[in-house]
Amino acid sequence: MSETVTLAKALTLGLRRALEDDPKVLVMGEDVGKLGGVFRVTDGLQKEFGESRVFDTPLAESGIVGTAVGLAMRGYRPVVEIQFDGFVFPAFDQIVSQVAKMHARSRGDVPMPVVIRIPYGGGIGAVEHHSESPEAYFAHTPGLRVVTPSTPADAYWMIQQAVRCADPVVFLEPKRRYWEKAPVDTGGSAPGPLFAGRVARPGRDVTLACYGPMVRTCLDAAAAAQQEGHDLEVLDLRSLSPLDLDLVTESVERTHRLVVVHEAPVFLGLGAEIAARVQECCFYALEAPVLRVGGYHAPYPPSRLEEHFLPDLDRVLDAVDRVLAH
Amino acid sequence: MRADIPAEPGTPAELVQLLTPEGERVHHPDYDLTLADDEYRSLFRDLVLVRRVDVEATALQRQGELGLWASLLGQEAAQVGSGRALQPDDFCFPTYREHGVAFTRGVDPLQLLALFRGVSNGGWDPHEHNFALYTIVIGNQCLHAVGYAMGVQRDQADTAVIAYFGDGASSQGDVNESFIWAAVFDAPVVFFCQNNQWAISEPLEKQTRIPLYRRAAGFGFPGVRVDGNDVLAVLAVTRAHLQRAREGGGPSLIEAFTYRMGAHTTSDDPTRYRLASDLEAWKLKDPVERLRSFLWRQQLADQAFFDGVDAEAEALAVRLRDGCRSLPDPTPEQIFDQVYAEPHPLVAQERAELTAYLASFEEGHR
Repeated sequence: MSETVTLAKALTLGLRRALEDDPKVLVMGEDVGKLGGVFRVTDGLQKEFGESRVFDTPLAESGIVGTAVGLAMRGYRPVVEIQFDGFVFPAFDQIVSQVAKMHARSRGDVPMPVVIRIPYGGGIGAVEHHSESPEAYFAHTPGLRVVTPSTPADAYWMIQQAVRCADPVVFLEPKRRYWEKAPVDTGGSAPGPLFAGRVARPGRDVTLACYGPMVRTCLDAAAAAQQEGHDLEVLDLRSLSPLDLDLVTESVERTHRLVVVHEAPVFLGLGAEIAARVQECCFYALEAPVLRVGGYHAPYPPSRLEEHFLPDLDRVLDAVDRVLAH
Repeated sequence: MRADIPAEPGTPAELVQLLTPEGERVHHPDYDLTLADDEYRSLFRDLVLVRRVDVEATALQRQGELGLWASLLGQEAAQVGSGRALQPDDFCFPTYREHGVAFTRGVDPLQLLALFRGVSNGGWDPHEHNFALYTIVIGNQCLHAVGYAMGVQRDQADTAVIAYFGDGASSQGDVNESFIWAAVFDAPVVFFCQNNQWAISEPLEKQTRIPLYRRAAGFGFPGVRVDGNDVLAVLAVTRAHLQRAREGGGPSLIEAFTYRMGAHTTSDDPTRYRLASDLEAWKLKDPVERLRSFLWRQQLADQAFFDGVDAEAEALAVRLRDGCRSLPDPTPEQIFDQVYAEPHPLVAQERAELTAYLASFEEGHR
């Protein structure tokens, strides 16, 4: 059963199936009910499953996550929506202090099967606080799992897997890819595990490690590099915590060169961790320093400047040229 | 507990009103207002110009000149009335929809457009206008207002502070904390809630089960509900509470009862979640038309005056359209400007890298 849908619609279908599969699953957040979310990801769910299971909350992010903690303690599986990346911070305390630690401090007595959905990243010409990439804060927090799909098929399956996970999952949705379409096979079960990356494009010369919105950018860069005779491998990491390092090191053993690409600022971003791990695991396979392409150490700029802030095809290829120069 | 959210949105309990929707002047025992003829006319001019800014900005967004616009349509009286109640030294903390208040503080509407066009994350000098930058994260600014007011107390200044927020924001922790702080420290701040009934798609009952102004009592300061579409009542009530704050009376909450006539922003489609009939009812309470009726009835203005205001609005519209299109784009290196007050080596390094990278295109190296 295959249909061609947008990434946003794939999430809707995945959430619908999660709601069907388990009566304890709840969907909650601002505007998720009648409106169906500002990106329409929860479109139609309240009508289908009722206001008890899909409901609008007061406008308070700490309240949304804090009450999700209580619902989880009562045996529910809340899927909460934070409307935009930049609005998650009022909930940061609940996420870091409570959601992330509850399982450990209760010695496993109180699991936290909470999914925190956050549309993230830039490229949509938005105003302040609507284009941020806060993944490193969450990946840095023990107790949280962090995943991000880049395709409609992954969106469909990964959201269901996240809902079934016994641990809290920060589920980052690449908002600028919400409207990209691809076929999704909605039958059967998930094609692979949630916390693993995939080879999005095999190649021999350089490995590009990326995730979420940057997967499309890196695939485009690989297509352009092909014209110049360079064969780039693109890894879609999918899971940022845990990180599928075996996928990265196996690739680097073959290509000997690695560029990590993300929208988030480079300084202390995911690329820093990946570069450190790779030099630990396969130092002698490297023929060039690991390079990172990402945002700058500056607040996300006004939208007229975002094309200069966000990694694009040219900046990725510039880094590829530099690793190939070694 | 009194469960008395008014059955009809148009007939709220205990509403201060000085001008009926038909433009008839009425009196209130606690809040009165005496204005000179030209002051009435001046308020009308403000309302018309502010609405025109909004109309033009909405059109500019539709034409692709702005990334987004948050319309204030229907809230002109709440904003002009409260803005004109302020003394020059009073300080305002706005949300992102206070275009009318900005106008009363002398912020050029073009600076608002710069923010929504995406050429700036700020737009004006808050200290020049005693008007803080717009705050997009809901409710954050209310705590800033209280802190500023605590500074005013320490300076023993004759200054009041006003914090704007909406019905949605009233649910935020920051807003409730700001109420607590203001009460405990007796801060000279007026909390000005524009209750426009909608937080994007969520109606008021998703945020509260009592009228918002009554929340103040629980925090220990007075609350009052004013007809937010009545510029005279808003002016009178805000003036009184700002003066109370300046005289050491402490905080208060004003709930301006109004209606968001447009979408939440240009990205929103309210036909998905609310009835057109509500809108029709509120159109009869239009803030501009009721003052126009009053001016006619009282013979405070003639056709030449109204024509003059229209001409001024048209000229403003032309200036905004031309000015918006010619707002200069910032240069890429401005990404790094003012990230810190003092030099930061990483920022300097990244700026140099970007400059070199951009130069590599210029020199034809690629």
